[in-house]
Amino acid sequence: MSEWVKSERQVERERVRRSRARRSASIATASTIVFIVLVVWGITSSPGWPRVRETFFDGEQFVAALPDVLDGFLLNIRIFLISEVLILVIGLLVALARGIKSPAFFPIRALATLYTDVFRGVPTILVIYLIGFGLPALKLQGIPTDKATLGIIALTLSYGAYVAEVFRSGIESVHSSQVAAARSLGLSHMKTMRFVVVPQATRRVVPPLLNDFVSLQKDTALVATIGPLEALRQAQMHTFNTFDYTPYLAAALIFILLTIPMARLTDHLAARTRRRRGA
Amino acid sequence: MAVAVVGCAPVDETATTAAPTTSTACTKEQLSLLTPGKLTIATDKPAFEPWFKDDDPSNGQGFESAVAFAVAGELGFDRSEVQWSTVKFDAAFAPGDKQFDFDINQVSITPERAEAVDFSKGYYTVKQAVVVSEKGKFAAAKSLAELTDAKIGVQVGTTSFNAVRDVIKPAEDPDVFNDQIDVVTALKNDQVDAVVVDLPTAFYVTAAQVENSKILGQFSSTGGTPEEFGLVMEKGSALKPCVDKAVDALKTKGELAKIEQQWLGSAAGAPELR
Repeated sequence: MSEWVKSERQVERERVRRSRARRSASIATASTIVFIVLVVWGITSSPGWPRVRETFFDGEQFVAALPDVLDGFLLNIRIFLISEVLILVIGLLVALARGIKSPAFFPIRALATLYTDVFRGVPTILVIYLIGFGLPALKLQGIPTDKATLGIIALTLSYGAYVAEVFRSGIESVHSSQVAAARSLGLSHMKTMRFVVVPQATRRVVPPLLNDFVSLQKDTALVATIGPLEALRQAQMHTFNTFDYTPYLAAALIFILLTIPMARLTDHLAARTRRRRGA
Repeated sequence: MAVAVVGCAPVDETATTAAPTTSTACTKEQLSLLTPGKLTIATDKPAFEPWFKDDDPSNGQGFESAVAFAVAGELGFDRSEVQWSTVKFDAAFAPGDKQFDFDINQVSITPERAEAVDFSKGYYTVKQAVVVSEKGKFAAAKSLAELTDAKIGVQVGTTSFNAVRDVIKPAEDPDVFNDQIDVVTALKNDQVDAVVVDLPTAFYVTAAQVENSKILGQFSSTGGTPEEFGLVMEKGSALKPCVDKAVDALKTKGELAKIEQQWLGSAAGAPELR
């Protein structure tokens, strides 16, 4: 069998494809540049620009605020990492509780439903206020007074409800034949869930889960309302001291730097899932 | 794209930038005002005692409301020509169009802040005060040094925070709350051992807001130059010379002292903490 060579037609086809790709790339580049130039020109030629540049883009203020903002951001990361683990546990447990069909467990199922309804309905900042000032007001023994801990509890309650729904949709997306097969092999409901359904469901919900966690990273800033000095609060204090808004930009930049890798990872995982399904 | 550009086209500013009256004549007709013929004064909501009364700045009751109307009077406005607008603390110094001719909101004058806004001359010299629960660990403290181990609460954006950091220097970072009510709640809940607020507020906290609390004492936030509250105006405001003149006139006539005596009279006599 002779060596396979591309037909002339195939070579031509590839050439056209390449030139098309080049052309669309250069059009994209050009339009991006035009867009950026227009936006920058639009902003910098606005009458308020000198004032905005002075109060939002002050290099000196940026440098002055950055150490404090970074210091505060360590607290954001701590809150984020701890609550993330707790949220996964709570979310999965609640999702499983909602999936129990046996009538004897109705109270548990009802409680889980009530939980997701309430905490998905209440704005996160409100949950933080209520937990942050309400729990200590009870003055009970053993209730934490540390603000970061209270913040973690509030975030866990709020995001646990979202994540429970994500898990539930994942569990429901596993085809019922999988459950039937597992049960016919003699596995109990718990074992079916543990070995067959949840592993498949988890893989499917990884992208939406990561999306929720990007959201959680930002919402750690809401914990500022109950006292601790996290990144947003540190920036705010610099701003209130100097009446200059640049520290807020510093904080925004730090948050973006953390969420971008997370967002790209989400994209990557979503793409991998698509490929595996052969789409 | 075209729609977007048109959608955020720059606002025609000729109306506001046309006449920067530098003349020293401060008659009502010559002032460049937000609403012609009306003096618009802003403050935050809730407006709390003793600075305002019943969360209503327009009733003339409370120290800052009284000062605002007195300044308005000096500028030639009678009470019906004064209108109030609600502006959050941080919105008062945001770049862009202002919703006020001047803002009165217990804003301390500092050189850094003066780079972003215009301040009138000071209308009140403020001292910081420490408030503690009578049953708390620090109820018996006699000096600032004894407070270094205390968990302290302050309101964000106040010079109280700087006072805590620079003068008390506590071992643990102070807790910073959104507004005065949250600071008070934290003290009630024993989430903080002490709170630092300005002295008149401290008197209100102990008298009306937190049972079994007491003022430990007052101290100067800087140690050096006295801290003063000023009226906030847009940077480069044409109104500033006139407002300054009004504040000066109220000072020399003893009007300010009278208002202070009426609304903040109890604010004397707290022991000095060092």
